[in-house]
Amino acid sequence: MSTDRLPRLLVLVPYLQARPGVLVADVAADFGVTEVQLRQDLELLWMCGMPGHGPGDLIDLSFEGDSVTVTFDAGIHRPLRLTADEALSLLVALQTLAEVPGLAERDVVDRALAKIEAAAGTPAKALSGLTVHLQDRAAQRPGSDEHLAVLRQAVDLQRALDLTYYVAGRDETTQRIVDPMRLLLVEGRSYLEAWCRRSGDVRLFRLDRIDAVQLLAEPARVPEQALPRDVSTGVFQPSAEHDAVTLRLAAGARWVADYYPCERVTEVGPDLDIVLRVADRRWVRRLVLGLGTEVSVLDPPELAAEVRQEASAALAGYDRGIVSSA
Amino acid sequence: MSARRAERLVNLVICLLSTRQFLTAERIRAAVPGYSHGDGSAQADEAFKRMFERDKTELRDLGVPLETGRNGWGDSEEGYRIARRDYELPDIELTADEAAAVGLAARLWQSAGLSQAAHGALQKLRAAGIEVDSHAAPGIEPRVEASDPAFQPCLIAVRAGRPIRFDYRRPQAPEPQTREVEPWGVVSWHGRWYLVGHDRVRQATRCFRLSRIIGDVRPAGQPGTVSIPDGINVTEIVAASVPSISRTATVAIRPGRAQGLRRTSLATGRDGPDGDEFEVSYGDPESLAARLIGFGSAVIVLGPPEVRDAVIGNLTDLAAR
Repeated sequence: MSTDRLPRLLVLVPYLQARPGVLVADVAADFGVTEVQLRQDLELLWMCGMPGHGPGDLIDLSFEGDSVTVTFDAGIHRPLRLTADEALSLLVALQTLAEVPGLAERDVVDRALAKIEAAAGTPAKALSGLTVHLQDRAAQRPGSDEHLAVLRQAVDLQRALDLTYYVAGRDETTQRIVDPMRLLLVEGRSYLEAWCRRSGDVRLFRLDRIDAVQLLAEPARVPEQALPRDVSTGVFQPSAEHDAVTLRLAAGARWVADYYPCERVTEVGPDLDIVLRVADRRWVRRLVLGLGTEVSVLDPPELAAEVRQEASAALAGYDRGIVSSA
Repeated sequence: MSARRAERLVNLVICLLSTRQFLTAERIRAAVPGYSHGDGSAQADEAFKRMFERDKTELRDLGVPLETGRNGWGDSEEGYRIARRDYELPDIELTADEAAAVGLAARLWQSAGLSQAAHGALQKLRAAGIEVDSHAAPGIEPRVEASDPAFQPCLIAVRAGRPIRFDYRRPQAPEPQTREVEPWGVVSWHGRWYLVGHDRVRQATRCFRLSRIIGDVRPAGQPGTVSIPDGINVTEIVAASVPSISRTATVAIRPGRAQGLRRTSLATGRDGPDGDEFEVSYGDPESLAARLIGFGSAVIVLGPPEVRDAVIGNLTDLAAR
């Protein structure tokens, strides 16, 4: 992160001046660097100053225990203006939030937007290049608004939930008690993150797979060891415990490599070989069946046989149908 | 960046902020520690020149408004200074709830580029004395990922108004095709990223999934040469390009099977000779067929023929492998 050092050094001076006696550890946390790195930054700033570089010209810091104060800023009174990218990232994010119902007060977001826009000197027109719509693609499903309202209530009140949930991997509807942690809106879908008492683990439940939800009177009991998942690399986290399946994708099935997290992706001529980690065999069988001849199963061979058998069995149903209607 | 260079650049900023006069390169060389004073040799002068050029570029890349000019008619050489009003973030005051909204907004981005930019913006706001808590938990946490390699170059092209050329792979086409586009906007719609613009080859408005752009996004014209027609709404264009779900198929599901299909179907099952009969809505017959085949022998498609034939055709191919 050394390329970020200069902007950090320049912003540190007014930051510290606005917070006399701030703890070094808190500053490091705010800037996302280690305390060691931050102390190196402060030592460096101490060597900088106005031309002449006499004792009275240098940036002056005073340390007291674990806290630090700027006593002379050498003229760096305020932070640098926002860059175009900084303004864009913040303003588009605010515009996006303003659209999500119930997420933040609309007028609060609008006021913040106007103030940042004014400070950045970026006219709203310059932002038209980037638009984000967060709405859940399953939001139009009947009942999803009511379910979301109950989930929100459960998170706010920290109460347990009785969840009727469809597990796509096993094609089953299940019943379980969960202790809600937070709601997430990732890649166009809403999720409840909760401690699942049935599996004794943290799980993400997709809003559009919740068939029924009931707020319970008992408080949520989220165990200490339950940590929020890092969703920055996607919602589904492949695990080495799951079975590996190797598929060869022809052109019409290449999207699978974009859509599901793959352990390995290799170009083989015009095709793509991928390795998926699969928690439930029935799920991958459904996927492969649906892709038809655009995909071949390279490994395990039993899966290829299962797919063929299932296709024959399904076809037999149609033969009978044709006979009976004749 | 080495500590020596970082120190020199901080000193350079302080020096140029503290002067109202334009300072020539030679005066800056004398005033800012870290520039070699040299021995008067042409070699040392050349080394300084190169170093100073690199430093100016670095500062401009960071957004530091470096001004050049002369102090008067008598000056033979251009000098440099930083105008404080252009450098400094103007006064800004946010109420606690506004600051909380800004903190939440900054956490929206998952991918490196935008998330880093938002983080940089927050640091500057904090340095302007605003308390922004970026950890407070709101009711729901939105996250937006923009990890497609084409995202950043497309966004830059849109903002620069610069035509671009790229290889694009349509789902059913085996070979990618080169497209030339006047880009109007980058849109995230239902969790997917699209580029919207004028396709020069097809002479029409088109949407492109960013995940289907293969390889580099190359310039195909000068910046500032794209003009966006009046009244264009890029979101509406994307929404209209996604097939609408308006058709209905009838399927028979074996008792107790295919839960996933039962729960998303429209009408609840009535008894039929092949199982419980359900209605399923769809937009594209091929993708519905793929989904239905996934349930194997648990599901039989009764109609319409566009879906039933697709299912039977694919099953026949699969069974014959």
